[in-house]
Amino acid sequence: MFENLSMLALQQYWWVLVSVLAALFVFLMFVQGGQTLLYTIGKTESEKTIILNTLGRKWEFTFTTLVTFGGAFFASFPLFYATSFGGAYWVWYAILFVFVIQAVAYEYRKKPSNFLGAKTFEIFLVINGLLGTILIGTAVGTFFNGAMFSLNDMNQVQWQTPFRGLEAVLTIHNVALGLAVFFLSRILGLLYFIFTVDNETIVTRSRKQMLVDTALFLVFFLYFLIWLILKEGFAVNAETGVVSMEKFKYLHNLLQMPLVLMILLVGVVGVLWGIISTVFMNSLKGFIFAGTGTVLTVLALFFVAGFHNTAFYPSVYDLQSSLTIQNASSSKFTLIAMSYVSLLIPFVLAYIVYFWRAINRKKITDEEMQEESHVY
Amino acid sequence: MIEIADASLVDWSRAQFALTAMYHWIFVPLTLGITFILAFMETLYVKTGNEEWKKITKFWMTLFGINFAIGVATGIILEFEFGTNWSNYSWFVGDIFGAPLAIEGILAFFMESTFIAIMFFGWNKVGKKTHLLATWLTAIGANLSALWILVANGWMQNPVGMVFNPETARNEMNNFWDVLFSQTAVDKWLHVTSSGFVLASVFVIGVSAWYLLKNRELQLAKKSIVVASVFGLLSSVYLVWTGDNSSRTIANDQPMKFAALEGLYNGSEGAGLVAIGMFSSSETDPNNENLKDFSMKIEIPNILSYMAFLDWNAFVPGVNDLINGNEKYGYMSANEKIERGKVAITKLKEFKEAKKAGNDSLATALKTELTSAEFQNNNFKYFGYGYFTDTNDLIPNIPLTFYSFHIMVGLGFFFILLFILSLVYVWKGTFEKKKWVMKLAIISIPLVYIAQQAGWIVAEVGRQPWVVQDLMPTISAVTKISSGSVMLTFWLFAVLFTVLLIAELKIMFRQIKIGSKH
Ligand code: HDD
Ligand code: HEM
Ligand code: HEM
Repeated sequence: MFENLSMLALQQYWWVLVSVLAALFVFLMFVQGGQTLLYTIGKTESEKTIILNTLGRKWEFTFTTLVTFGGAFFASFPLFYATSFGGAYWVWYAILFVFVIQAVAYEYRKKPSNFLGAKTFEIFLVINGLLGTILIGTAVGTFFNGAMFSLNDMNQVQWQTPFRGLEAVLTIHNVALGLAVFFLSRILGLLYFIFTVDNETIVTRSRKQMLVDTALFLVFFLYFLIWLILKEGFAVNAETGVVSMEKFKYLHNLLQMPLVLMILLVGVVGVLWGIISTVFMNSLKGFIFAGTGTVLTVLALFFVAGFHNTAFYPSVYDLQSSLTIQNASSSKFTLIAMSYVSLLIPFVLAYIVYFWRAINRKKITDEEMQEESHVY
Repeated sequence: MIEIADASLVDWSRAQFALTAMYHWIFVPLTLGITFILAFMETLYVKTGNEEWKKITKFWMTLFGINFAIGVATGIILEFEFGTNWSNYSWFVGDIFGAPLAIEGILAFFMESTFIAIMFFGWNKVGKKTHLLATWLTAIGANLSALWILVANGWMQNPVGMVFNPETARNEMNNFWDVLFSQTAVDKWLHVTSSGFVLASVFVIGVSAWYLLKNRELQLAKKSIVVASVFGLLSSVYLVWTGDNSSRTIANDQPMKFAALEGLYNGSEGAGLVAIGMFSSSETDPNNENLKDFSMKIEIPNILSYMAFLDWNAFVPGVNDLINGNEKYGYMSANEKIERGKVAITKLKEFKEAKKAGNDSLATALKTELTSAEFQNNNFKYFGYGYFTDTNDLIPNIPLTFYSFHIMVGLGFFFILLFILSLVYVWKGTFEKKKWVMKLAIISIPLVYIAQQAGWIVAEVGRQPWVVQDLMPTISAVTKISSGSVMLTFWLFAVLFTVLLIAELKIMFRQIKIGSKH
């Protein structure tokens, strides 16, 4: 079946899949957001325990989604993998570092003789939540603002600043996205507490905290969105592959892909509805709306970055080195083979959802924390 | 074109990869094996309804959880390190190499992480049978993730199923099944997973033996020893068998590695196997005109020929035959390969220049030539050799490979013996009285970790100087970056992983001391 698709259709199919993984990842970073709220929402030891256990049962999904995102990007757009990871060396290592310290923190925090002390592992979690979200958001910002690299005729990357990617923080627009992701993940974290925890104090505190984070999220997100619509973008000539700057490129993308515009709007409304219904209508299920909204919003942003003859990883140093879904992809054979593998994704998602719900059927309570044999 | 990076950059990048991979490998094999042991124990629990088995399962599960967390922490670095530190590699072969990594994520890691959550938190939330299923699926998921990463690694040892595309300057996959079912990949998967089973069995027996010596947790210890001894004995026999298969595959596909792991400088018919050997430094110095074998050795005649080619009298090439060539047995000299590789590189360059200059007819002609079967066979096959000038650079570190291989093999036979001993005494019911067996079992825990690391040194150091055998030298695979940056990340992770390892060990020892009560 995939054999009959054109090369371009395959590339687009894989861009959609990569975008879906990215979108799920940003949504799942509610774990990271939740970690940064550890001390804000958890005042007593038992409250902290509840918070870390409700998050701790999910952190692996977030982590695995990140790993799979990397793998899928490697398989489908290897030139991006080689260029961005090899080029923006420091950004990616900073991100990896904060995920390494997260992976041990849940399991080791409460264990006797843990050598570093519970506090250290808690700080690991806070650092992971803080830097993980901001850095990833900032890195994705370079999809719209470009990076400083060039490729030689063997397609090998040369980075043009000694900061190897860290220079991305000098572009306010990138950082705005980073901070938007950070506050969004905190909002999702709060909604997740409300959704899964049966504890009056935690729920009340979470509701209160939501307003602050929402206000800050809106500031950064709207700044990002408005500036995105107004700014020049990196257009690709479909015939020649030549990259050039186009005024209002991303606005054009949205207008000429009405479906994407719809997804974006529905997504933003979903996030807002999740917040509003929780804060003002005492709903406990805001997490579902805001989560779905987050997935849709990120999906739309990735579509804007990659579709409609746009360079998704542009180079501001050498425009013609910019990566597009056409020039960065794997061969047709590999894309076809991987597309067959992708048919299993719905099955994987189905069992994840099924077992996720099995674990979440009952809300977390203090009593459970006393009885459960495996407690973080 | 492909720029050759400076030596210190390559060395630091290699050191960093080796460091992170070897740290990862401390934790992974225990996961591969102990998840199956957990599945066996829980099956016994569900079958017999005996609560004791549930307690035992939960105890080993706690230890597994401690190991698993740090296994995951060390894995993520590796996955991205291909991009960050081997970006030229990632492009040159990413079309083939990326696929198994992606499949690993989609099919194996999600399976593992979903069912681990059920395993740890599901005791009171899902039914007994569902929980058991989750435990089995965790074990299968872990071993499937091993499959895909080893397919990737097997492909680096023996690249198959692809063609070079001059337009994109990279290798592209043309047969997925060749990549998946390559003999190297299959051998590797069987050998590596069974090595994990052996490690976990030794671990369980060793910890249990410690309890017996302390006269604690007697039920738990005795029951665990039975399960682990049976599993361990079967796995260890299988392990030696799969290891032997691996060496045969290597003899065919990576003759230089084979010569290295046997320390064979001068090939011969009816070659003997060196059971124990010692080099002196002048013997392994490539600048020494007449590379020699050993200053001291104990050799068993003809075995090596049989091992390699299932023929007692077959010719096994040594390092000298592979470097200088050997007409009689049809081995091409390294200089000839270098010449042929240079032709391939030059042709590719001419093609690129013709394209750049817009000389379409020349470009088309060159492309036809580059992709012709004849050129592929006579020249492109040696592409990587074109980057070398000194043939000595084609020899891996022989003493390191040799000693590692012999340590691994020796220990392989030792573990079979250990499992037999423990089974016999368990059978007779005298295990708790044999102090020396219990002590031997405890000492074996570090030994099995040594065998594991030694195995990977054979595989990876023996492959040098290639990152992809015969196609891409390690020196051209590396990301162009200042070696100071790599040095910094190396130390960063050396410190971080060491600190985490210490934390892991302390927690692990403490949990063992605490035993099965919470
Ligand atoms: C408990 C650990 C252990 C033990 C006892 C053995 N092995 Fe092993 N061996 C491994 C653990 C291992 C490993 C760590 O899993 C390796 C590393 C790379 C690989 O594929 O498996 C390996 C690699 C490896 C290789 C190199 C594969 C390559 O380069 O691709 C060979 C030829 C053998 N083994 C052969 C043997 C033989 C003949 C053994 C016993 C008589 C043996 N091994 C025991
Ligand atoms: C299965 C997947 C693996 C892949 C794809 C892989 C790949 C690589 C790569 C790209 C390098 C750098 C180039 C080089 O110097 O050889 C390397 C080096 C190395 N790897 Fe692996 N590796 C794998 C697994 C492992 C594991 C699990 C270990 C050890 C526990 C290991 C041990 C090493 C060592 C020791 C080196 C350094 C070799 C040297 O110093 O010459 N590898 N490997
Ligand atoms: C150098 C190549 C390797 C890479 C890039 C790599 C990558 C990873 C990553 C990213 C994880 C974390 C997965 C998660 O989110 O759950 C992981 C864990 C794991 N890996 Fe590797 N890995 C490598 C080598 C190997 C090898 C050679 C094996 C087995 C033969 C293996 C088996 C496992 C297993 C069983 C886990 C589960 C965690 C554990 O218990 O240690 N890996 N690996």
